Amino acid sequence: MIWVETVIQGLLLGGLYALFAAGLSLVFGIMRLVNLAHGDLIVASAFLILMVVEFSGLNPFMSALIAAPVLFGFGYVLQRVVLNRVLGNDILPPLLVTFGLSVALQNGMLELFSADSRRLPAGGLENQSLNIGLATVGTLPLMTLASAVIAIFLLNRLLYATALGRAFRATSDDPVTASLMGIDPKRIFALATGLAMVVVTLAALYLGMRSNFDPSIGPARLIYAFQAVIVGGLGSLWGTLAGGPIIGVAQTLGAQINPEWQILSGHLAFLIVLILRPRGLFPRARD
Amino acid sequence: MNLLETRALTASYGQFRALFGVDFRIEPGEVVAIIGSNGAGKTTLLRSITGILRQTPDMVIHRGEAIGAMAPDRIMQRGISMVPEGRMLFPSLSVDENLRIGAQARRGAGRWVLETVFDLFPILLERRNSPATALSGGQQQMVAIGRALMSNPELLLCDEISLGLAPVVIRDIYAALPLIRESGAAMVVVEQDIARALSIADRVYCLMEGRVTLEGRATDVTREAIHAAYFGTQEKVQP
Ligand SMILES: Nc1ncnc2c1ncn2[C@@H]1O[C@H](COP(=O)(O)OP(=O)(O)O)[C@@H](O)[C@H]1O
Ligand SMILES: [Mg+2]
Repeated sequence: MIWVETVIQGLLLGGLYALFAAGLSLVFGIMRLVNLAHGDLIVASAFLILMVVEFSGLNPFMSALIAAPVLFGFGYVLQRVVLNRVLGNDILPPLLVTFGLSVALQNGMLELFSADSRRLPAGGLENQSLNIGLATVGTLPLMTLASAVIAIFLLNRLLYATALGRAFRATSDDPVTASLMGIDPKRIFALATGLAMVVVTLAALYLGMRSNFDPSIGPARLIYAFQAVIVGGLGSLWGTLAGGPIIGVAQTLGAQINPEWQILSGHLAFLIVLILRPRGLFPRARD
Repeated sequence: MNLLETRALTASYGQFRALFGVDFRIEPGEVVAIIGSNGAGKTTLLRSITGILRQTPDMVIHRGEAIGAMAPDRIMQRGISMVPEGRMLFPSLSVDENLRIGAQARRGAGRWVLETVFDLFPILLERRNSPATALSGGQQQMVAIGRALMSNPELLLCDEISLGLAPVVIRDIYAALPLIRESGAAMVVVEQDIARALSIADRVYCLMEGRVTLEGRATDVTREAIHAAYFGTQEKVQP
């Protein structure tokens, strides 16, 4: 029974990892850009939500709603002004630039907010739980997983059932030919990063309500997100949704055996998948 | 007035110069063939016109406006459309989606919509939900042409639409060109198949090693003149 409960807790934890990973997966899927600052962007977004909470007195959900368009704009400008310039056949320049951005964000946050741990006030939500028969689960983790499923469902609808999504996929296939369709690839990429920042806002909301955060925790979130993306298969959003819970379950199972093994087990699961299925569990047909 | 012209157009890939001062023009509704052997610079000329290769502004003039330095998406929105060499369909998109995305640069109503494209190439209607790259070469070429038509262009640029296709398939595709012409579009048809090109063109240009070696009305040019312009035999003949 304890194992069933452990797996369920792992699935729920995986919902958070899937949210961390969705933005990364979207950006990678559309422009083959690995954003090493992704974790720090999540943390920075959590600080922005916190500022809105403290300034306006609104709850974190409403505050995230206010932060989301701001972060969309930030993503759009970041892509337009910085990242588009370094995208090309060589993958090294974008890695270096996003690594630089990661360091800059961490130092900037340290200056602005100090190294103190902070938390988004969830108004008691963090202590509520629900009995779902097999186990008693926290309301907030359940909401996180549900949000991850809904977010990835909506992103898929956007990609496969709208004109904008068609332009995203065409530009991802071949930006030069897309430009012959009257599409501006640089604008499409900027919209994609803006959209990824909206998902990052959602990830930041749950990260900030569920646990303490401080300017230094971004890189570890990046690792979990990265593992979820790779395990699920590069470029596949549904794969990412599966990848998060796989890492999550591995971590809770490991922790159940020995509390010190939590993070290690996640890495082990990642390595095992990588050895057995180097392209991930649900790879996109073409890359 | 010319619909589009290039003036002393030069183009390079790094150190390598591919075009040396090409003067080209096309009038509204006209069909112009560009012939020339492999590597003559035909594709480079089309890439310069569409903005994939950026030039100095006044090397390419569209409706009296210098567009040589514009980005491709803006040039396409002016009513120019291209069927690129090698078809270049989007593999992640279905046939239907490949066609629809061609309408992105459409400016107003026109003859070409999904239904009329399917009338032109009925086989595509049957395959509309297949991934574009699952089609045969000829069918893919039809998608590429249909996609370019969906923006209702005033000027359609076709780069070697017969390349790698069987003769019967080429015949089917060429049969569509007069219908496209009827819709009022001017066409630039790049071809290595000289007879095929001359059969549909009003005027013809021959390119060789980045230079125009022949220009004339399709009915006026002689076989000998073309041979000389295409292969450069006159230069090789020693006195
Ligand atoms: N991307 C490129 N980089 C370098 N050289 C190129 C490139 N594309 C074409 N060329 C060269 O430019 C010349 C003209 O090529 P192209 O315009 O493709 O000729 P055509 O379409 O008439 O066969 C050729 O010598 C070719 O090798
Ligand atoms: Mg060519």
